[in-house]
Order: sequence, then C-alpha cells, then structure tokens
Amino acid sequence: MRICCPYCGNRDLREFAYLGDAALKRPDPDKPDALEQFTAYVYQRDNTAGAHREFWYHAGGCHAWLVVTRNTLTHDILAVESATQALHGAAGP
Amino acid sequence: MSGPQPFRLPSGGLIDRSQTLRFRFDGEAATGFAGDTLASALLAKGTRIVGRSFKYHRPRGILSAGSEEPNALVELRSGARREPNTKATTIELYEGLEARSQNHWPSLKFDVLAVNSLLSTIFVAGFYYKTFMWPSSFWEKLYEPIIRRAAGLGRGAGVGDPDRYEQAYAFCDVLVIGAGPAGLAAALVAGRSGARVIVCNEDFCFGGRLLAERQEIGGGPGHVWARRIVDELTSLPDVRLMPRSTVFGVYDGGTYGVIERVTDHLPTPLPYQPRQRLWKIVAKRAVLAAGAIERPIVFGGNDRPGIMLASAIRSYINRFAVVPGGRVAIFTNTDDGWQAALDLAKVGVEVPAVIDSRPAVSPQLAAQTSGAIRILTGSRVVATKGWNALRAVTVRTPAGTEDLEVDSLAVSGGWDPAVHLCCHHGGRPVWNDAIAAFVPGSLPKSLMVAGAANGTLTLAACLSEGLRVGAQAAQAAGFTAKPIDVPKTEDEASGTAPLWYVAQSKGKAFVDLQNDVTADDVTFAEREGFRSVEHLKRYTTLGMATDQGKTANVNGLAIVAAITGRSVAETGTTTFRPPYTPVAIGALAGPHRGTHFRPARLTPSHAWAEEQNAVFVEAGLWLRAQYFPRPGERDWLETVNREVRNVRSAVGFCDVSTLGKIDVQGPDAGLFLDRLYVNHWSTLAVGRARYGVMLREDGFVMDDGTTSRLSDDRFLMTTTTANATKVLQHMEFCHQVLWPELDVQFVSVTDQWAQYSVAGPRARDVLAGVVDAPFDISNEGFPYLAAAELTALGGIAARLFRISFSGELAYELAVPARFGDALARTLMEVGARFGIAPYGTEALGVMRIEKGHVAGNEIDGRTTARDLGLAKLMSTKKDYIGRTMSNRSALLDVDRPTLTGFKPANKNARLGAGAHFVPLDGPASADSDQGVMTSAAFSPTLGHWIGVGLLTRGPERIGGRVRAVDPVRNNDVEVEICAPCFVDPQGERVRG
Repeated sequence: MRICCPYCGNRDLREFAYLGDAALKRPDPDKPDALEQFTAYVYQRDNTAGAHREFWYHAGGCHAWLVVTRNTLTHDILAVESATQALHGAAGP
Repeated sequence: MSGPQPFRLPSGGLIDRSQTLRFRFDGEAATGFAGDTLASALLAKGTRIVGRSFKYHRPRGILSAGSEEPNALVELRSGARREPNTKATTIELYEGLEARSQNHWPSLKFDVLAVNSLLSTIFVAGFYYKTFMWPSSFWEKLYEPIIRRAAGLGRGAGVGDPDRYEQAYAFCDVLVIGAGPAGLAAALVAGRSGARVIVCNEDFCFGGRLLAERQEIGGGPGHVWARRIVDELTSLPDVRLMPRSTVFGVYDGGTYGVIERVTDHLPTPLPYQPRQRLWKIVAKRAVLAAGAIERPIVFGGNDRPGIMLASAIRSYINRFAVVPGGRVAIFTNTDDGWQAALDLAKVGVEVPAVIDSRPAVSPQLAAQTSGAIRILTGSRVVATKGWNALRAVTVRTPAGTEDLEVDSLAVSGGWDPAVHLCCHHGGRPVWNDAIAAFVPGSLPKSLMVAGAANGTLTLAACLSEGLRVGAQAAQAAGFTAKPIDVPKTEDEASGTAPLWYVAQSKGKAFVDLQNDVTADDVTFAEREGFRSVEHLKRYTTLGMATDQGKTANVNGLAIVAAITGRSVAETGTTTFRPPYTPVAIGALAGPHRGTHFRPARLTPSHAWAEEQNAVFVEAGLWLRAQYFPRPGERDWLETVNREVRNVRSAVGFCDVSTLGKIDVQGPDAGLFLDRLYVNHWSTLAVGRARYGVMLREDGFVMDDGTTSRLSDDRFLMTTTTANATKVLQHMEFCHQVLWPELDVQFVSVTDQWAQYSVAGPRARDVLAGVVDAPFDISNEGFPYLAAAELTALGGIAARLFRISFSGELAYELAVPARFGDALARTLMEVGARFGIAPYGTEALGVMRIEKGHVAGNEIDGRTTARDLGLAKLMSTKKDYIGRTMSNRSALLDVDRPTLTGFKPANKNARLGAGAHFVPLDGPASADSDQGVMTSAAFSPTLGHWIGVGLLTRGPERIGGRVRAVDPVRNNDVEVEICAPCFVDPQGERVRG
C-alpha cells in the first residue's frame, strides 16, 4: 500500500504508523457527561465497511499526522490531508 | 540416436552446442548444452523417472516445461546450498550442476513405500483427518514422525544458508509481466511511447511460446522476431528487461512483488552478488501477459513417466532439440494438440496415432497429417501400461478397445490462462465457454491483461492484443503511444471440446499429480459432503503444495461439477493468493539476518565501554553497558554489588545517553507540557528540573521522566529509553490534531547529546574537575533539581542537571554526542582519585529498587499513577491527557494493587519478580491473588534481597506479611510488607 503524504509525496506503507478513526473529537472535559464522552472517545469504534477517514502518522518521514480516507474493502486510498488542515483549517506543521 | 545424449536431435533448437555442460543427477554423470534446463538435459540423456510421488511413491517423470511442473521436483546442489523441491523444468543448466531425486527409499527405481499404492483404499481423501484422530498424545510420538518420513518432499539443508539476498525497489510507468508475443508487443509499444517500462520474464530466455513453436512472424521464425524486439527494447533508455524474474504477487497501490534469480543459473553466486533479489516494483500500470498453462486430461494411469503435456513436447523438440521418445501418441481434445503430432513427425519420431476425444475434427486439421498418421476420433485413453516407464496405452475407440505400443504420450486438454495475479485483490476469474477455461474477471486496479493470459490463445490475436493493451497502459500512464502495425502472422487452429476426465478409466486417474489426488478421491470427498471448492481443496489437498494446482485445479473443479450436475461456472473456482511460485524465506528476509535483523544503536562512548570490558544488554535497539566485570570477580552479581557499593560509598558514573531527549520550544511550551503531564510545568522556574508522569487518554501511565526548564520558552524533556519514539509521536498528535493553536515546536535530540549520570558522595568533587570555571557547583549555587546550560571539558557546550535515580548526590552531564567518548574518559581520569568506577544498567536497576523508583516493570501499561504511589502529582487544577478517564470508578477502587516494598522474612531467602502475593493462610490460587512482585534485586546496601510490587491495599498493610509465590520458578517465600523506599527514605543524600 502507498500513501501520498502531502509534504513528502507518494511513499510506501512501511513509513507510516496507523492510529484509527479520525472522526473522533476529544470531548470537553468540563461537561457534566465528560466521563461518558471520554469512554466513547477512548473505546467505542465503528467498524466501517467502505470509505473511512483515519489517522496515519508519517513516522519514517516528516512526522506529520494525516487524515487518510481509505476504502476498508479495497484498500484504495481516496484522499490524504494534513490532519491539522483537515480538522482545524489551519496551516499544517 | 546414441551417445551421452541419445534423445538429442542432431541439429536445431535454441541451445548453444558449442558449450557442453557437465552435470550429475543422482550421482550419475551426464552432459547437456548451454540453454538447457535440467529437465531438457535429463530427457536428452533418456532419463524417464525423476522422482517419486508424494503419497503413493509412484515413479514420476517430467510433465511440463515450465513452472507449473508438479512431478519433476529435485534436490538441487549439496551441503548448505541444498535446496529441496526445485522444479527441474525451470533449473537452468550450469557446469557442475548436482541434483538428486527425492521422496524415495532406498532408491529411485525401487521404492519400498510404493506399497502405499497397494494400500490406496486406506489412503483416501481425508485419510489423515480420519485415521490419526486419537489419542492426541500419539500425534507427537507416532503419527507425525511416520507421516513426515513417508510423505515428505525433499530435505532441507539443515544448516544456515550461506548466500546473500537483496531487496530493491523500482518504479515504472508500465510493468509488463511475461515476455511472450503479447508481452513483447505491449512492451514495444509502451517503450516507444517514452514510458519507463520494466519487463519481467520468468524464463531466462525472452519469447515465451515463440521459443517452443514453429509459427512464423513476418516471414521468419517467431523466436527471431522476439530477438529483434528484445534488441530494440534493450536500446531504449527507459526500458529495463529483467530475465529470470517472476512477478509473484500484486499488492495495494500498484505494487508488485518480484523475485529475481540473480545467480541461480551459476554454480555459486559471484563475489558480491546476491543469490536472489526481492523487488517491490511500483507501477502506474501493469500488463499481465503471463500466457496460459496447458491442462492435462484425467485418465487411468495418467501419471506414468513418458506422459507429457503436448505443449511441453513441442518445447523440448523446438527449443531444446530433444525428443521425448521414439514412439509417441497424442491424446487430445483440442486442435492445438495436433501440432505436437506434426512437430514430432517432422523430426522423425514415429507417431502411431492421434487420439482425439471429439467425434470429428475439421478436414483441414486432418489434412495436415497428410494421411501419414493414424487418426482415432471419438476415442479416449482409458488405461496405460508399464511401471517405471510407459509401455502402452489402452484406447477405447468407437470400434472397440486396443492397446497401442508407445514410449511416450502427449496430452492436450486445453489451455488455462494464467489468471493468478488477477485474483490477488479478491477478483474472481470467470468461465469462458468458447475456450472452456477461466479468464480474468474483475482486475486489480492498475492491472490490464493481454494475450493468452486473457484467453486470447492464437498468435495473431495475441500480437494485436498486446499492441493494443500496451498502448492503453502507456496512455493511462500519461504517454502518447503511436500505433504499430501488427506483424504478419496467422492464427493457428484452436478448436476444443471439453474433456476433463475419462469416465471409463481403469486404474488410478490422477487429478493432482503433486499431491496424488485421484478422480476417485474427488468423488469420494464430494460424497462425504465436501462440495464447496474450498472445502474440497482442504479435504483432498488438491491444488496445494509447490505447484498450487496449476495443472490440477480446473480438472478437479470440472469433476465436481460433473458429479453434482452443475456447470463448472456454477461450481466456482478456488482463489489464488500470492506467491505465484514459491519464494524462498531467505529472499523475503533479505539482508535482515542475524545481527542485521534490526539496527543496533550504539551510544557515543560505546567503544570506551568495550575497552572497559563491559557486558552489553539490548534495550530496544540500543546496546547498553549492563555491568563492567573486573578480573577476579566470580559472577555478575559480585560485579554489580561492587558497582552499587562504589556509588553509595564513593562515586560512579553511568551512560544514560539512551534516554529520550526532546527539546520543546515556544511561548506555549509550558502550557503544552501542562496538558501532557499530570503535574504542572508552566510554574516551573527557569533553571529547575522536575519529575513528571504522563498518562494515556485511557487514564493509565504512559511514561515518566525528568524535564527541565532552560529558559522561559524552552524545556528539555526526557523520556524512558523504550518510549522515546512513542512519546514524540504522542506529542505530535497532541499538537497537530488536538491543539494546533499552541505556539510550540519540539524535536528529538536523543542522538545529538551524550549524557552521563555521575552519582555518589564524591560526585561533586568529580564534576568540579569537569565543568568549566566559573560555574558554581556548590550545593548552594547548584542545589538539588537545578538545571543549567554551561561549558565543560574546556569550552564544550554542556548541560548539567542535578537529578538522581540512585538516591545519592548525583548529576547528569550532557555534551554534544561527538564529545561523549572524551567525557567518559575525562570522568575516569578526573574521578580516579575519588574512586570512580563506571556502572551499568544492572547496578542502576538495583539502586532504583533500593529507592523504590518505578521503571518499565511497573509502568507496564496496566498501572495508574495512583497504583504507583504517584497520586500526589496529579493536578486537580487543570485538564491533561488521561485525567477524565483516570477518575473512572474502577481505577479509583481502593483494592487496586498499589506500589509497596517487600523484604524476605528469612533474610537469606531470594525474591524474584513475577511472584504473586497470597495471604499466609490462604491457598496459592488465582482466587486469593493479591498482586505481583514487579521488581526484585539483591541489595548490597542492606545485605539481603528486596523487592517492590503491587499489592492490594499495600501501603495500609506495612509491617504485615504475605507469601510471594512463584509456581513457575518453584519459589514460595514469606515476605514482610514495607515502604517501597529502602535506602535514605528522608532523601537527605540527594540534597547533600
């Protein structure tokens, strides 16, 4: 598998480390239901069949965290974005 | 024909008769020519039997001329280079080649275990599953050794592989897989477009079937055309031709696995050459032109030596100038099979009959034989005679049954496109009635198919499809391909009517020759309910082993289809997975063997430590000095005790360069650390160090270490050796994903700094001689937990931290990595008069247990900060990673095992990590388990063993006793519960 890092270009899978679902947002710790929210954040995952947005880390390259959209059925990489940009709209690292 | 190569034709073939090569088979000397395979050379010599079959030990000969070969498996080479199960049909002959037949005892021609053939009613499908069921203890002692001896294939070398293997990457626009007519045409059109093209060819010679057939292209022999195309491709700068290279797998993202047999055609690899090279080729587009594999027909006695595929016979005649025998009949259901009759007749071999199962054939086909060959249509071979070699075939014709005396039989059952690579992404081949074979269905994204692999079985069509698909591939990769005229040639007759299995067969009719699976086995398995193709495969072993059923799968499927009254298409197909042909584990491992399995990280003063006689231990990738034995010391414990005593009484120093060091800078650096660690950092004064603990988001401890503030906007973090990479990755996540608004940057400086801990009552005296004046190293000027940037060793930038893991007065001094060696030597020199001695990780560990500090044994991913007695660090005034989850009720349970110290009740008793705590009066059972001893050591300071561990309500039970039980090491010790700090509990020494 190959991932096209927006900073380094098209690279082999072995340069990357996987984390998981990129749809998860760290909950607000001050909310009254913070514990329930955090429990879901830490433990609950959908097992998506199809397009899945997920975090990858370019460990053997620029150290950027990426949001990769991958089809879990075909392993097709549909999109690769800087995580900072994808989630915050700010310029990447 | 006579002499050493009686079956070699006097002229012709694509061999180099000027180069005679000597070889040995089963110890017997023989000769062949350059350009031969071992199989062609054996056939030239007249060798019929080359091996014994897997289950019944029946004599077997050569079936094919390629990598689909199920029978002719030999042990190649000798000694450490002995390689079992090598296909004689793909071994390129070289001078001095040595090969042995396998799977027989005591000899190839007389095999005692051939008696299995008589017991075949026992050796039915599923035999192993049914017979060797119980008692289970019999498996190890009785069944397995017997099966291994009786049913083994070749023998491994039993010693280390002396050869080297390489791994390489390549990138191209168009990868062409196979160099027959379609592949060469595709490569030519893509190559001329300017695309970067790689052509991988399994064979050592380019041309595919053009080397084996007499068909002409452009008015000349096909192999001459192939040569011309290869010459042009060679001249193109961006085209790379890779002979002896098999594409064995398709992987995601247009990545192809290729094994290149770099020096397998030589007696031994040349100096500095690998034996094989594993390629990962990344291609924008790939054209599969791997051709097709001829299918045998299943009939009684179809495994006798001398029975060969018709296409293989044509290869041996036309390419290798070898005839299979003197009297060769043809058994076919295809027009293509007749070509073998014509080729045999042309070189003067007697062809007593063409036996065609079809009721009639086209007059044009029959006319080609000019009436010289007897034609038996509507006929089938039902049995064969002979044991070590074929003597006759029994033919059932519409007129009756007759025996034909022959020494060889050419069999042609149709062609199966080599669709294997098309299936590697889960694609299923689809049935094509016109050619009665599977053709590619849905394809891997970047892959296109051309020629016989696509079911296009005739030459003119192959060439035109190769040109068309090659142009498409180049265009898809962004190049403009100019059309090329299809060279003048003809399509050969290719009619076929399916025949899988001769129902009137007498004797064993083999479907899978390599696994000795017969038609009866398949019928039997179906009757037992194994109707799904996947079940059938596993139950009968059809399609397994080194050939993966390349000549067997479709016949097996067709037989099941016939039994169940379904079509082959309805019955299904097995899935092909990588590798296409076997790949040596050595090639997959590549250079990553022995000490090269993974890199070794050495600290800057490694060489110095070696001079000091250090014993090293692996810590992740690092090699760290474990202890420094001196002459006269009897064992490691004596050494470690001496090192500990030396620190506690004088001064020692230890290389701590492997600890992770992360330089954190920016206006928000303090705030960032506040969110990472459980404790506060933005309040830390410049020039001070602090111990910190960080959690994972699930509330468990991730890592710990000391971090110092060098200036308002600059911190220097340390992590444990093991977690350095993980912590940096975590920090990157927190910054890039969670809080990109924080103005902070950080980078690992682990490799840039060498760092030494100098510990002991005389540590200050030593340091005073190392740091440059006028730095004030007095207790007042540089107190406990101070941190500073300064110079040392006469002007070298350095960092000094007054931190202690040993519990003694201690400093950590860091210098740029290139000065690490010099610093170690200087510390020895300056410290000599204070009694300095280096100490290793073992003494470091003893002293941290004496102090009750936690380390990797305690921070094992299952412990919380409270478990480790670090609750007081946890801030309640801010959020930090893991805070919310660390307050889950289960993690607040007061019964959770908590860090406690342990001393043996009997001071002579030895403690060991891993022991479980149980009450004195309770049973040593899981139900009464109260925790575990995480670390233990002999304390030279106290003169007895000590331990720390996690005990339920431990801190409340100080003074009480429990048993530390270790059933694995057979240890059961009564221990006294105590505080985890054994030495200087008030911490006076570190402040002294």
